[in-house]
Amino acid sequence: MSYEDVLTRYEPVIGLETHVELGTKTKMFCGCKTDFGAEPNTQTCPVCLALPGALPVMNRAAIEATIQIGLALNCDIAEWCRMARKNYFYPDMPKNFQTSQYDEPLCVEGYVDVTVDGKEYRIGIERVHIEEDTGKTLHVGGATGRIHGATESLVDYNRAGIPLVEIVTKPVPGLGALAPEVAKAYVAELRDIVRALGVSDVRMEQGSMRCDVNTSLNLPGDDWGTRTETKNVNSLRSVERAVRSEIIRQAGILDDGGKIFQETRHFQETTGDTRSGRSKETATDYRYFPEPDLVPIAADPVWVTSLREALPEKPSVKRARLREEWGISESDMQSAANAGAVELIEETIAAGASPAGARKWWLGELARRSNELGVELSEAGATPVQVAELQKLVDDGKLNDKLARQVLEGVVAGEGDPAAVMASRGLEVVNDTGALTAAVDEAIAANPDIAAKIRDGKVAAAGALVGAVMKTTRGQADAKTVRDLILERLGAS
Amino acid sequence: MTDLTRLNAASLADLIATKQVSAVEVATAHLDRIAAVDDRVHAFLHVSRAEALAAAERVDRGEVTGPLAGVPIAVKDVVATEGIPTTAASKILEGWKPPYDATIVARLKAAGMPILGKTNMDEFAMGSSTEYSAYGPTKNPWDLGRIPGGSGGGSSAAIAAYEAPLAIGTDTGGSIRQPGAVTGTVGAKPTYGGTSRYGLIAFSSSLDTPGPCARTVEDAALLHAVIAGHDPRDSTSINQSVPDVVAAARLGKNGDLTGVKLGIVKEFAGDGSEPGVTAAFRESLDALVKLGAEIVEVSCPHFEYALPAYYLIAPSEASSNLARFDGVRYGLRTGDDGNRSLEEVMSLTRDEGFGPEVKRRIILGTYALSSGYYDAYYGQAQKVRTLITRDFQSAFEQVDVLVSPTTPFTAFPFGSRTSDPYQMYLADLFTIPTNLYGGPAISVPCGLSEGLPVGFQIMAPTMADDRMYRVAAALESAVGTLTPPAL
Repeated sequence: MSYEDVLTRYEPVIGLETHVELGTKTKMFCGCKTDFGAEPNTQTCPVCLALPGALPVMNRAAIEATIQIGLALNCDIAEWCRMARKNYFYPDMPKNFQTSQYDEPLCVEGYVDVTVDGKEYRIGIERVHIEEDTGKTLHVGGATGRIHGATESLVDYNRAGIPLVEIVTKPVPGLGALAPEVAKAYVAELRDIVRALGVSDVRMEQGSMRCDVNTSLNLPGDDWGTRTETKNVNSLRSVERAVRSEIIRQAGILDDGGKIFQETRHFQETTGDTRSGRSKETATDYRYFPEPDLVPIAADPVWVTSLREALPEKPSVKRARLREEWGISESDMQSAANAGAVELIEETIAAGASPAGARKWWLGELARRSNELGVELSEAGATPVQVAELQKLVDDGKLNDKLARQVLEGVVAGEGDPAAVMASRGLEVVNDTGALTAAVDEAIAANPDIAAKIRDGKVAAAGALVGAVMKTTRGQADAKTVRDLILERLGAS
Repeated sequence: MTDLTRLNAASLADLIATKQVSAVEVATAHLDRIAAVDDRVHAFLHVSRAEALAAAERVDRGEVTGPLAGVPIAVKDVVATEGIPTTAASKILEGWKPPYDATIVARLKAAGMPILGKTNMDEFAMGSSTEYSAYGPTKNPWDLGRIPGGSGGGSSAAIAAYEAPLAIGTDTGGSIRQPGAVTGTVGAKPTYGGTSRYGLIAFSSSLDTPGPCARTVEDAALLHAVIAGHDPRDSTSINQSVPDVVAAARLGKNGDLTGVKLGIVKEFAGDGSEPGVTAAFRESLDALVKLGAEIVEVSCPHFEYALPAYYLIAPSEASSNLARFDGVRYGLRTGDDGNRSLEEVMSLTRDEGFGPEVKRRIILGTYALSSGYYDAYYGQAQKVRTLITRDFQSAFEQVDVLVSPTTPFTAFPFGSRTSDPYQMYLADLFTIPTNLYGGPAISVPCGLSEGLPVGFQIMAPTMADDRMYRVAAALESAVGTLTPPAL
């Protein structure tokens, strides 16, 4: 049963719930820092550890960021809303309730437009709300790192209380076979929008952006089917794969006359399929009620208006503008966006590089390196200014392509800026014709047979001499210059 | 020589400020009194002798000054005190020493008030008799066979027994006022949000209000002024200046209430108050009329739903607030033998750590918030709360304050109301409406019924705490304070 085959018989409906960890300096309800990767339990206090008597106080910056996200997603901002307690027991949640929002979200009724294969799709946004993150539990002693089989569990509360924004789409029907790609494009667009706002670093691999994907199938004309919720979807590629594999899995069950159960499933990065988690039928009753420790949120309309006016250029608008300026195709721009390279390329151009040169490095060498290291492109080891400098050295003829790659290697290894690396590694193109002529003469003298052939007009034989010269100059000569010089010395030009 | 423990806080502060006695002498006198009588009264769960004396020494060295500098105080065990055990009278927190001070405790320290220790209470402030303390009940100094009220029975009994001149209480449904009434002392619940809840172990977040316990109205006002005022750590704290309660109490002392309108609530009549309570209340009304006050009957038609609404809202919030006591981070942990699952350990811990009344309210609250029941119970109770608030607002358009007995009955014998929770809940019949509204109220002694103290309650509009102090001080000047029999 192929994916294409399934889509001839069933219609998928998807929905996405995305959590974005805000980049506020302090936590949502206390003054603790939010630095990633700190020693466990060093960024905690009575409030985020839920010591008896401690009380939360709302971080204004978290509310501001949530409103900014809501506005960027074309949402209405509630004039008055409240936080709610979501009650359930879990050791990584210090209060044994999560302070979240329930039936009074801060932002409602928005949309995001995404483009797939040149066609635009409007994804409705049901709500954007704010809540706190939980701590992290580490299960020790078992083979799997899961709680089953573990001998003890350790909890790190550094993450507990970091503000999270949850963005929930409306159900999206009518996508057919494109559902996986639209889902991925939506998450990519959302990431770009949030990144442009500067309110989160939206790194899926670090968990600062996390996605749950809801999928259901129905026969044409039927009501929507029962949906499953797939968690643990931690990359753009996984979003696409998760939807696709869930569509195939559900179709298999439905084909056999089976029933889809409403349940939470976990995406398996290694196999690309989903596995059953806890069943929603036995799910906890969260006993939501308005959080009595916090006063309601009533954002001043003047404040909201000023935030609306200060919104940055929309990523989609910006991409269209840059595409024009850079003279590249839609799909080239899409790959730059998917690689998270748009801003980096933009900054590199601003630092003096040509659009083509800037794109080449970020989407080539540096993209490869960031993939290898599993880090964001911006963490690949070079700054836009360094890339611009590198490209200038190439443009000035001081480096050829091969040498430039070696210089970049030195730059990302922390050896300094491109010019410094070029100097210290002695990688500059040999342009000194005296030295080059000597090398050419040396090669001619060492290869009299080949020289004779060239003199006889067989210029194609010059390649062997060029190779010899490049060898003696350790690749630092410009091949064309060498070739011209050989022909000139042998009177064949 | 004067027995320092018999003096009120204002007098002690004056003696200390004028160096007639040292703060250490005052603290020592009270610590000695505690040592002498508390085995019979059991007002204290922990006595912090060393800390109290160290604080008193700082006052004597002139490092701290202020209106109550050097006056020692007892603090209800539900309030976090850094380094001093804080248990909320529960086994689940036995031995827990907070790493931080509640805001009101920090203010007591900044005011130079030595903390004598932590007072007994019903577990997590749930109860009206201290019989639900995990560490045994406090005895009423008026009759050691009777309850001292609750939940803050320890604080009020400590004052009545001259173990402390002042104490901190917390009032969720009457836990400052009802113990004040049955021990013949003053207890004031400030406006909700007028005193910080930061560091107060939460029972019901939307109702809990810390406040002063004292033997005189002026003393209560002096303490009120020390602890009240905006706290940025408490989101529900009111960012306004505190009404001048001390000036109001001093104004009231002159015994003139000309033009002050007192409202009596029609719906509170025929409510099953003991005859002696009704009689003392009526006599006090007459006394107030003689001081120039006018009595107006007002109707608060929704007050009759206050008790059921309270017993949905408070347990609902409590069921969530008490979820943090799971044995993971602090306090008791039961059954962690390396074989049991986390859930089993949490369950065993909570089963062993919580007493019967706490469990009853957690179960009640969990049920009331459950999917499918929320609208009928918690949601409905919130609507009632709004209606009660409107009752208060419309009443305060007609009168300056509302008055009532504080509690329908005087101190009852131990064990007489524990078998039927509802009989216990009735103790707070007159105090609960104020908590649902959020306004201030005070209980002031107004006489005896069969040898036991009766309390007179004065309820005022939100942020008009000064009004109740004025009327309370006037009543006190007319009927006098009460002195319990010698222990």
